[in-house]
Formats: sequence, structure tokens, C-alpha cells
Amino acid sequence: MKRKQTEFLLASGRKVFDLDHRKKLNFALKQADAAYKKGKQQFSDLETTKKIAKNIKWQAIENLHTYLEAFETNFNRNGGRVIWAEDTQQALDAILNVCRKNEAKSIVKSKSIVTEEIHLNQFLTKHHIEILETDLGEYIQQLDGEAPYHIVAPSLHKSKEDVAQLFHEKLNVPPDLSPEELTLVARNILRKKYAAAEIGITGINFILADIGGIAITENEGNAWLSASAPKIHIAITGIEKILPSVHDLNLFWPLLATHGSGQRTTVYNSIYTGPKKQDETDGPEEMYVILLDNRRSHLLADPAARESLYCIRCGACLNVCPVYKNIGGHTYGTTYSGPIGAVISPYLNDAAEYQHLSFASSLCGACTEVCPVHINLHNLLLNNRRNAVEQNLISASEQIGWKIWKKINQHRLLMNWPGGATKTFLVGKLFRQHWGIRRILPEFTHKTFNQFTKNKPDSK
Amino acid sequence: MKVQLFVPCFIDQIYPQTALNTIKVLEKAGCEVSYNPNQTCCGQPAYNAGYWDECRPVARKFLDDFNAPEYIVAPGGSCVGFVRNHYDKLFPDKNMSQNTTQKRMYELTEFLTEILHIDNMGASFPGTATYHDACGALRECGIKAPPRALLTNVQGLELIETDDCEVCCGFGGTFAVKYEFISSGMAEQKVQHAQKKGVEYIISTDHSCLLHLDGYIKKHLIPIKTAHIADVLASGW
Repeated sequence: MKRKQTEFLLASGRKVFDLDHRKKLNFALKQADAAYKKGKQQFSDLETTKKIAKNIKWQAIENLHTYLEAFETNFNRNGGRVIWAEDTQQALDAILNVCRKNEAKSIVKSKSIVTEEIHLNQFLTKHHIEILETDLGEYIQQLDGEAPYHIVAPSLHKSKEDVAQLFHEKLNVPPDLSPEELTLVARNILRKKYAAAEIGITGINFILADIGGIAITENEGNAWLSASAPKIHIAITGIEKILPSVHDLNLFWPLLATHGSGQRTTVYNSIYTGPKKQDETDGPEEMYVILLDNRRSHLLADPAARESLYCIRCGACLNVCPVYKNIGGHTYGTTYSGPIGAVISPYLNDAAEYQHLSFASSLCGACTEVCPVHINLHNLLLNNRRNAVEQNLISASEQIGWKIWKKINQHRLLMNWPGGATKTFLVGKLFRQHWGIRRILPEFTHKTFNQFTKNKPDSK
Repeated sequence: MKVQLFVPCFIDQIYPQTALNTIKVLEKAGCEVSYNPNQTCCGQPAYNAGYWDECRPVARKFLDDFNAPEYIVAPGGSCVGFVRNHYDKLFPDKNMSQNTTQKRMYELTEFLTEILHIDNMGASFPGTATYHDACGALRECGIKAPPRALLTNVQGLELIETDDCEVCCGFGGTFAVKYEFISSGMAEQKVQHAQKKGVEYIISTDHSCLLHLDGYIKKHLIPIKTAHIADVLASGW
């Protein structure tokens, strides 16, 4: 068993039976579920809406190069600059270059899972550049020295008491502040930083090819400030976030809001089309958009996995996933957790190290059911499993097991052999250890139904 | 109406009584039930584990065993969903649209309600129960109303819904042995939700879920029983 898989197995055991963790996660995800159910009422026909959205993303991804190049042309015309990054290192180098050119010492950043993917904070800190998270959830996680727990809700696993205690320890404020008071503490710290920062970094929710712009969705106004207060704005995202047209936002803004946070639309939805123009008073002097591949082209190259690039990172599949609900975000050991994370991680990283995540699913299909762009997530997990078998990443003993299974199931007589007691004994020998201590194994009956029925006159 | 019975492997090997009850129910519903004794498995276990090459000959055998033109009825949504939704991928060269097997295959409760238009089997089963939506039945086959319609008409049975009726029991085939912690944790919460409602039975269309929940229940000596819907519908007459 690979190291990552062993770590995952052990961590999952700790989390599943950590009742405090279970309580906090259930509380948060129940709220998310209630909000989603209310929010989706805004669609008179959600299923059709999803189909239309999937078609738009299909068109966008099938013609990815065309739309990305159109975006570049249009964004350049608007005065911005596109940086193509093939991998993590190229993205980091590009950001460091901009920092050095402008002698930047301080950066404010809004929520961006791609910056987690490339470990931007650690990289800049190593280069003595201060980078501050401005999304409240991300700020909490940064204070605690933890990665985000969830794509959309970074500190989902922390109760308000946990956050109060953290602020008390790290910021020297009284230990019993209310959520409103805690927000004010963070706000006061962050406001000063916006004014001082030379560079603002944001993520991107949608790249808009036709107008050469980017759309950012948020609820706190921190992305808006990060993008417009400092004199330089760097926005970074994966190449899959493309939409053909600004008009597609009619559909995608409410879809993202409802599936991400249960809202009809989020509080702030901004479109940025480049740096400040001559006759404009607000906005950054320079604007860069970094388009990151980082092996997304591996997903693009595989027709069976390609639709995972339709993902709009709403996090809905995490919220409904019984596995995520039990083990939480960190257990996955990946930037992207939950069903979508299990699907894409073997492609974005070494497949051998991450294939086990595709097997850590009961294939219940709740993810597929909720996905706003109809990504067939549980079928993509099945596809990954098949890849793992074909790439010989599964243990030899399991391979032999399935060969025996095939033999037995091709011959009815073998299924009736060798009697219930022996089967119960053999299955116990093989599986008792893996079945664990919390369940008992079933017992085979003395005779199969087939044997009961065979001699009956009504059988064919 | 003539129907062919497919017996899921769990039922064949561990719960043969449920297959007998399925025949009993179908016959009462006016069907002439045939059982091809050569049948084995639909192939799903290997497919779900990623072993498509091992799955394929077993699935092909299934197609051969059920090539008669009658409806195929199975007491389990998991196998039905697999045949319906995944055989196309398994046999991309075979023109599955020419093969009617997928369209002829039904889970027992959807067959009773949607094809035979029967929602009262005249059964009685005294007690309180919750219905667990098996993932295969619910999401692969879209079965939500049929079992509830049938159960509502069972005399003496009080059906109490839980908030998490659509949440997976945690079985998931090889998942249950590869990730026993997560799998057991899911079973634990499923059973706890039923316990909170104070029900005596958890009823479902699929024995795979029930086998899993029963393993947790028996280990922890919890006063809840599991019951397959075919066994419930065959009770009291």
C-alpha cells in the first residue's frame, strides 16, 4: 500500500469516529443543505438549467484553445496581460517576477483554491513577501496555519467557539467574542492591509472569452478590495474556468451561488476587464491574468475524464458526499477534496499516489445528482478505478481474487459449491480483518436459492 | 403476464427466502414466473472494482441467460440500475439499443406499480418501520415513490421517514472492506437515525444495504431488524 493511501486510511479512521468533528461537520453541512434546498427554488426547472449549463461548458472545453486565445486577444486589447503557466513553478516564478519588478513587500489575497494548489503563500513567505488572506474563512485558516477544509467554506470544521479561541490566542483579543465581534477584529486588521499592499491577488470564477474579462463571485467584498485597492492586480486560475461569453453569466452566476452557498446570487459579483484606463479614477495600474495548466491538459486529453473540467468549484458535491461528511477535507491529503477531488487528483498528480481516493466512495451518486453542470462524478470515479486496474496499481492478491470471481460467476455449479458453512468460513478468513470490529459478517445459507429451486417443476 | 426472475447474488447466497417471497408476490400479482437456473450475476461487483475485463464475460452470460422477450424482474435496484445504465459502456461495440434486455429489466416494486399498476399487495406486517432509499434504486433507477406506495398499503405497518432516508448506508461493495472505518461510520449513523425515530424495522429494496446495516445492528445488539421489501409484501397472506 502506498504511503498516501496508508495515511488516508489511518486519518479516515480517526476522523470518522471523532464525534466532536462529526457534530461540527454535520451542523455546518445541514445548514448548507437547508440553504441549498431553499436557494434552488429560484429555478423553475433546475434539471433543464443544468443541462444547458453542461452544454455551454462542453462547448467551452471542446474548443478550449480557441476561447482561451480569444480571451487573451481581448484582454490584451483592454490593456491587461495574460501569463500562460504550464505548471506550478512557472506560475510561482511569474508572480515573483511581478513582485520583484515592483519591489512588493506586502500582498493581499482573496479566496483562490488555485493558489493553494501551487502553495503560493509558502513560496512568497520564503521570499520574504507578506501575503495575507482577506476572505474571513481563509484568514481564520491562515491564522491557524491550516489549509482550507472545503473549496467554498475554508473553515467549515471550526465552531464559533473554536474561532473565538483562535483569535484570542493569535490576536490577543478577549476569548469570548461573538461572531460579529470577531468579524470586526478581522476587518480592522484587513482594512489597513488593503491600503498598504502593493499587489492584490485574486482567484477567478469565470474567464470571459468574448469581452476579455474575468468574473469574481464573493460575499465579503474582500476580492473587490484586493483587486482594486493595490496598484497591481494578479488574478490566477485554471484554464478550465473558461466561458464563451459574458452572457453565460446569466446562467452561471445563479447556478454557482445556489450550489455554493444556497444564495440566489452572491452579494458581490464583479467583472474585471483590465487595468484602470486613462479617463478612469479607480482600479489597478497593471492587471495580469495567469492561466494555469498544471496537468489539466491530462484531463482534457482523456475523453473519458474530460467532463471533470466543466467543474465550477461550487463545492456542492462535497456537501452531499457521505464520505466527505465523515472524514472532512484534510483527510484527503489533496488540494481538491470530496468527489471532484477524488476524480481529478490522480490526473493532476502522480496517479499511483492518488488512485486510492477513487475507491474511497460507496458510489452512492449523490454528487452526480447535485452537480450544477451535470458532471457524472460517480461514473468518473468508476473510470478512475478502471484506469488503476489497467495501470496495474492494484495489489496482486486482489487481481487474483477477481479472476476467481469471474470463473465462479461463469459457471452456475461453482456458485452452488461448496456449501454454506464452507463459504461462511472462507469469506470470514478473507474479509474478517477488513470488515473490522464494528460489524459482523453475514452467514451463507446451507443451500443457495438456485439449489432450493432447481428441482421445482416451475423452473425452466 | 410472463416474467423472468433474476435473483441478485446476495439473495441467492444469503437470503434465499427473499427470492421465494418475490415469486410469491409476483404470482399473486398475476404473473407467471420463470427462473433460468443457469443465471449467476449481473457482473456489477467486478465492474465497480475497476475490473471491466473480468466483468464482461459475466455480463455477457447475463445477456445470454435473459435473452427471452419477457420482462426481467429482480428484488434489488442495484443490479437493475447496473444493467440499465452501464452495459452500454461495457459493450461499446455491441449495439445495445438493439438489445432489449436493459429496457425489459425492472426492480420488483417499480414493476408492480409502474407496469402492473398494483400498489396494494394485501400484505400485513405489524410494526413501525423506516424506508431506506438504496442508492442503486434511488439514483440509478429513480425509484422513490413505488416502495412507499406499496408499504403505505401494508396493514399494521406504520411508515416513519427519517431525514437521511436518501443517505447511503455505507456498503458500496469493495468500499466496505477497503475503507471499513468510513463504511462502518456511515452504517452507524444510518442506524442511529432510525433508532432516534424509534422504529422496529429498516425496510429497503436491496439486501446489500440491509446486510450491511444488519451487520452493524447485530454487533451492537440494537433492537432494530432489517427487512427486505419483498419479505414485507409477502407477509400476512
